[in-house]
Amino acid sequence: MIKVQQENFDVSAELATLTAGNHEIGGVVTFIGLVRDLIKADDRDTALRSMTLEHYPGMTEKKLAEIEAKALSRWPLEASLIIHRYGRLEPGEQIVLVACASAHRQAAFDACNFLMDWLKTEAPFWKLEETDAGEAWVDNKASDDAAAARWQIKPGRAAE
Amino acid sequence: MKVLYFAWLRQHVGVAAEEFDLPGDVRNIDDLVGWLATKGPGYAKGFAEPQVIRAAVNFEYVPFDHKLTNTDEVAFFPPMTGG
Repeated sequence: MIKVQQENFDVSAELATLTAGNHEIGGVVTFIGLVRDLIKADDRDTALRSMTLEHYPGMTEKKLAEIEAKALSRWPLEASLIIHRYGRLEPGEQIVLVACASAHRQAAFDACNFLMDWLKTEAPFWKLEETDAGEAWVDNKASDDAAAARWQIKPGRAAE
Repeated sequence: MKVLYFAWLRQHVGVAAEEFDLPGDVRNIDDLVGWLATKGPGYAKGFAEPQVIRAAVNFEYVPFDHKLTNTDEVAFFPPMTGG
């Protein structure tokens, strides 16, 4: 299941819903992304006031559903969930939840890892960071592209 | 056609979305980028480095030689930073 939303989410409630009634599930692996309070700006630790996530409504849901379908076809998952928030978030707030449930743990660990690597490089989200010095858009990281590439997913390099 | 801009590209261009007829000499994304860059100073700044910009047509990432039609929804944006 895919949810793209502005509001916060309750991890326990989401996991209870995800696993309800399915006793084939032997384990659930979750990843929760949080807003950190320190970022690197000009190589110096700088206090973050807020992070604002912009996305492409319509395309975001389509891309998340596609990659979830890929994970479901690649690993024997009993259930999966991706929640990605947008809008203005402050340090400590939850940004993203990825949960994968399977009979045995390895599939759930691998699928969760795969989904997060893909989200970083392929989902149409952009982060704007606000510090005392002003606002700046986050650059994408080469390390994220490399992490996605190890799953043999082609990063969306439209200009190349 | 409908054209959308995201993140710093939206800020430079000054609008989030606009609609216009596909100009006659614009056949693909690369042509459209060249045409948009002449629309005004904000556009020129936004599209000054086309190699860092990515494009999508009808919700799919496309290369710059992708052919366009007048019913397309085109989006331009910097590399994504989700997760």
